[in-house]
Amino acid sequence: MTENEIATAETKKLTAKDFTSDQDVRWCPGCGDYSILAQVQRVLPTLGIPRENVVFVAGIGCSSRFPYYMNTYGFHGIHGRATAIASGIKVARPELSVWVATGDGDCLSIGGNHFVHLLRRNIDVNIILFNNRIYGLTKGQYSPTSEKGKITRSSPYGSIDNPVDPIQLALGSSGTFIARGIDRDPKQLQYVIERASGHKGTAFIEVYQNCNVFNDGAYAQYTDKEVKAEHVLTLEHGKPLIFGKNHDKGIRLNKFFRPEIVSLDQAGDEDIVVHDEKNKHLALVLAEMTDDPSLPTPFGVFYAVDKPTYEEEYVKQIEHAIETEGRGTLKDLLESGNTWEISDN
Amino acid sequence: METNTDTPPQVIEKTLEEVTVRFAGDSGDGMQLTGSQFTKTTALVGNDLETFPDYPAEIRAPAGTLFGVSGFQISFASHDVYTPGDRADVLVAMNPAALKVNLNMLRPGGIIIANSDGFDAKNLRLAGYETNPLEDGSLKGYEVYSIPITKLTTTALEKLPLSMKEIVRSKNFFALGLMYWLFNRPLEPSLEWIKKKFAKNPDLQEANSIALKAGYNYGDITHIFTTRYRVEPAKLPAGKYRNVTGNEAMALGIVASCELSGLPGFLGSYPITPASDILHELSRYRRFNFRTFQAEDEIAGISSAIGAAFAGSLAFTTTSGPGVALKQEAIGLAVMVELPLVIINVQRGGPSTGLPTKTEQADLFQAILGRNGEAPVVVMAAKTPGDCFHSVIDASRIAVKYMTPVLLLSDGYIANGSEPWLIPDPESLSKIPVEFAKNPETFKPYSRNKFNARPWAIPGTPGLEHRVGGLEKKHITGNVSYDPVNHEFMCRLRREKIEGVVEDIPDQEVHGPESGDVLIVGWGGTFGALRQATEYLIEEGKSVAHAHIKYLYPFPRNLGEILSRYKTILVPELNLGQLSVLLQAHYLTPVESYNKIQGLPFTTTEIREKVNKLLAGK
Ligand SMILES: Cc1ncc(C[n+]2csc(CCOP(=O)(O)OP(=O)(O)O)c2C)c(N)n1
Ligand code: SF4
Ligand SMILES: [Mg+2]
Repeated sequence: MTENEIATAETKKLTAKDFTSDQDVRWCPGCGDYSILAQVQRVLPTLGIPRENVVFVAGIGCSSRFPYYMNTYGFHGIHGRATAIASGIKVARPELSVWVATGDGDCLSIGGNHFVHLLRRNIDVNIILFNNRIYGLTKGQYSPTSEKGKITRSSPYGSIDNPVDPIQLALGSSGTFIARGIDRDPKQLQYVIERASGHKGTAFIEVYQNCNVFNDGAYAQYTDKEVKAEHVLTLEHGKPLIFGKNHDKGIRLNKFFRPEIVSLDQAGDEDIVVHDEKNKHLALVLAEMTDDPSLPTPFGVFYAVDKPTYEEEYVKQIEHAIETEGRGTLKDLLESGNTWEISDN
Repeated sequence: METNTDTPPQVIEKTLEEVTVRFAGDSGDGMQLTGSQFTKTTALVGNDLETFPDYPAEIRAPAGTLFGVSGFQISFASHDVYTPGDRADVLVAMNPAALKVNLNMLRPGGIIIANSDGFDAKNLRLAGYETNPLEDGSLKGYEVYSIPITKLTTTALEKLPLSMKEIVRSKNFFALGLMYWLFNRPLEPSLEWIKKKFAKNPDLQEANSIALKAGYNYGDITHIFTTRYRVEPAKLPAGKYRNVTGNEAMALGIVASCELSGLPGFLGSYPITPASDILHELSRYRRFNFRTFQAEDEIAGISSAIGAAFAGSLAFTTTSGPGVALKQEAIGLAVMVELPLVIINVQRGGPSTGLPTKTEQADLFQAILGRNGEAPVVVMAAKTPGDCFHSVIDASRIAVKYMTPVLLLSDGYIANGSEPWLIPDPESLSKIPVEFAKNPETFKPYSRNKFNARPWAIPGTPGLEHRVGGLEKKHITGNVSYDPVNHEFMCRLRREKIEGVVEDIPDQEVHGPESGDVLIVGWGGTFGALRQATEYLIEEGKSVAHAHIKYLYPFPRNLGEILSRYKTILVPELNLGQLSVLLQAHYLTPVESYNKIQGLPFTTTEIREKVNKLLAGK
C-alpha cells in the first residue's frame, strides 16, 4: 500500500461488507446462525477498531465455521479449545480485539473446562455462544443444554441428562459481563454485541439460536408473535422488570427472594424489581428464571462489572520487573546464579 | 590413583581422581537440598561433576519407611565426568530405611556415614531390620562411621530460641558440614546461601550456619576419620562456568531463543513432574518480556501457545508424557496451521501415571507417531543437562524457519541432574532470523518459500487478514478444501517439508573408530553412560564406537551409511526398543536391542558387560 492508500483506508468508513469474507456461507438455509453473523458484521464497523486488529477464534461445530465468513484474522481451532486459543492470542497481544464463536457442545461440553477458566481469569475476550441446544454438525445428538427427556438420535428413549444453564455457569465462574440475546431479535442482539465489545474483561453472550434442521422451534415461545410477550423479559439497567403484551406485569421478589409475577395495577411501584447490572445476587435470581414455566425468561445484560483484566495485570508485572530489575539481556541471563572462571592453565 | 601427601600426624590426606557420594534419608530430611549444596560447592571448587537426584513421588512419605527414602548422588572428579557414577564410594544414611534401600548402590568396601540417632527401634522395625546393622556386624565389608548426628546438632543449637522440631531439621546441615570437611570443601558458598535463603528468619539462619560449622568441626577435631580426601580441580576448557540442571538449561535456552529471534516469548504449560521446574524458572523472567501462562490443563497449555504463535510470539509448551498424550490433537492442529511451536517432553516412567519421578525413554513412538492422520513434526532429543540449552535454541530455529511444530525430548534424568556448564558467549550464538509477511499484493496464506515454509502473517498487519484452521487447506490460497487430490498433495507436501529439515541437521558424528565390531547407537539422556562405557571399552582395546542421535525425525542424512560400517549395531534404550524399531524400519538393517525399564539410568558397567558379551559372541 502507498501512504495515500493507507491514509484513505484509515479514514474510510467501514461497512458490514468490509467484514464479509469471499467464502460462501454454508449453513443450512433458515439457520439462526445467519442472523448472528449479520448482526456481528453490522456492529463491528461501528466500533472504530481497525479490521486488521480483529481476530475471530472458533472451535468445531456448525457455529464454529463463523471465522471463515469474517474478513478479519481468523482461527478455526479444534473442538472445545477456542477459548484456550483465544486466551493465548490475547495474553500475547493485548491490543487485539479477540472474539470467540462457539456452540453449546463446543463451549460447554468438550470445552467446559476452558470456558470456566477464561471467565475466571477475566481475559478481555468476547465470547458468542450459539446455543441451539443440539449438536448440529454431527447431525443431531442432545447437547449439554438440551432439555431433559429430549428425543434425539442418541437418546431415542429421551435424554436423562440434566441441562446446564450457561448464564448460571458464567456467573459461578466469576464472569464480569454476562448477557443473553436471540437470533430473531436483531436489535437487541446488536445491542449486547456492542456492549460486550465495550466491556473490559471477558464478555459472554449466550445467543438462543434456532437449528431448523435438528431442533426446530426450540425457542418458539420467545419468537412467536402470539406468545412471546408473555415469555420474554427484557432487562434494561435502571428500569423496572416489566413484561407482557400490554406491559402490565412486573417481577417482584417475595420474602424468600423468589421472583413472582404481579400485575402492575395491584402492585405499588416500589414492589417491582429495578434491574441493576452490577448486582450479582439479582443476576443469580434472574438466571434462575430461565425456562421456568411460571416465569418469563430474561434477555439482555444480566451482569456487568469492572474488574482488572488478566493481561492488564500481566503487563503491569512485566513493566514493574523491567523498571526495578532492568530489561534483561542475554549476558545477564546466562550469567545469573553462581559462576566461576576456569583459566587456560 | 591415590597418592599420599604430607599431612598433620593423625589424619592422612589422600588425593583421589574421582569420588561418588550418595546422600540418603527420609523425604523430609532435606537430602535434595544437602545434595544440591554439596554440588554447588563442588562446582565452585572446579571439579567436573554429574548429579542424580532420586526421590519418591510422595512429597512427605511417612517417616522411616522404605518407600519414603530420598537420595541424591553426585560424582565429581579431577577429569571429565559423564555420569553420576555407577556405585557410590560414600553413602550418607540418615536412617535404617535409607541404608537398606541404598546399600546395594555402595561399592564393596565403601564408606558408610550413618546417623546413629536415626537407628532407633521404631525406624529399625519400619525398615525391616531385626537387629541394628550398625551394631550386629552385618556391615563388615564396609567402613562404617556411626555418628549421633541428631544429638550433636541439638547440642550445638540448644541455646537458640527454636522448637525441638526446628532444631532437629538442621541435622542435614551438620551432615553437609561433615562432608565438606571430609572432602576439603570450603563452607563459605553454603554459608552465603543460608544467609540469603533464611534472610527473613534470623534464628533459622543462625541454626543452619551453626549446624554446618559444627559438622565441619566435628570432622576436624574428633579425628574419628583417619583419612581426609582431596579431589583436584578438573582441567575443563577455559571460560566462565555455572552449574545447571537440564530443566534450568532448558529455561535459559527458551529465553535465549526469544532474545536471538527478537520475538516476545510465550509458554503455555500445566504443572507436571518432572517438567514443572521449567515453568517455575520461566515465570521469573518477566524482565525479558517473557510470558508464562499456567493453563488449566495441558490442552489449554498448548492451545494458548498456538494462539500466541498465531499472534506472533515464539511459543513453547512444556510437559511430560501424560501431558503430551493430551496435547496430541493440538499438535496436529499446529501441523495443519503450520505455525512455529516448540513442544518439550521431559519424559518419565509410563504408561499412565507410571513412575512420575523416575526417568524413562518410552515416549519416542508417541513423539514421532502419536497423532491422528499424517502429521509429521520434527523430533529431537537433548543428551545432557547443558545440551538442553543448545537443543532448544536449535528447535526454535527450525520451528521458525520451517513454520512447524518441533518436539524436543528430555527426560527426568537430565532434567534434574546437573553439571558444570561452560557459559556460551552471547555473541557466539547466531541470531534466529524471522520474517513476517507484510505485502498484501503478494500475500497468499499457504504459498511456500524454498524451504516449503508458508508465510507468517500476524494480526495487526493491514491487508493480510486471513483464516487458518484444522480443516484441510487448499495449496497456496489456504482456503478450506475437500478436494481429494489436493489432500494427498498437501499430506505429501507437509511431509516433504519436514524431511527437508535434514538440510539444517549436521551429519551424525561417531566417537571412536570409523568402522569396527560394535557401534553403540543411543539417544537422549543415556549419553553419559554410553560415552563413558565406550571410552572404557576403547581403552581396553575393543573395536567399539558410539553414535548419539539428536535428530530423531528426520534422521541425519549419513546415518544409514554409518550403520553399515559396523558388524553389530547395539541400541541401548530405557524402553522396550523404540529407536530399534525405527532404525530397522528405516534402514532395513538388523540391530541388537538392549533395554532397561526400571525408572533408572543405565550404569556404565551394564553397557560394558553387554558389549563384552556381544564381542564374545554370547
Ligand atoms: C475431538 C473431537 N470430538 C468430536 C468431534 C465431533 N464434533 C464436531 S462438532 C461436534 C458438536 C458440535 O456441537 P455444537 O458445539 O453445539 O455446535 P453446533 O454444530 O450445534 O453449532 C462434535 C461432537 C470433533 N470434531 N472433535
Ligand atoms: S444443522 Fe442446524 S445449526 Fe447446523 S447449519 Fe444446519 S440449521 Fe444451522
Ligand atoms: Mg449446538
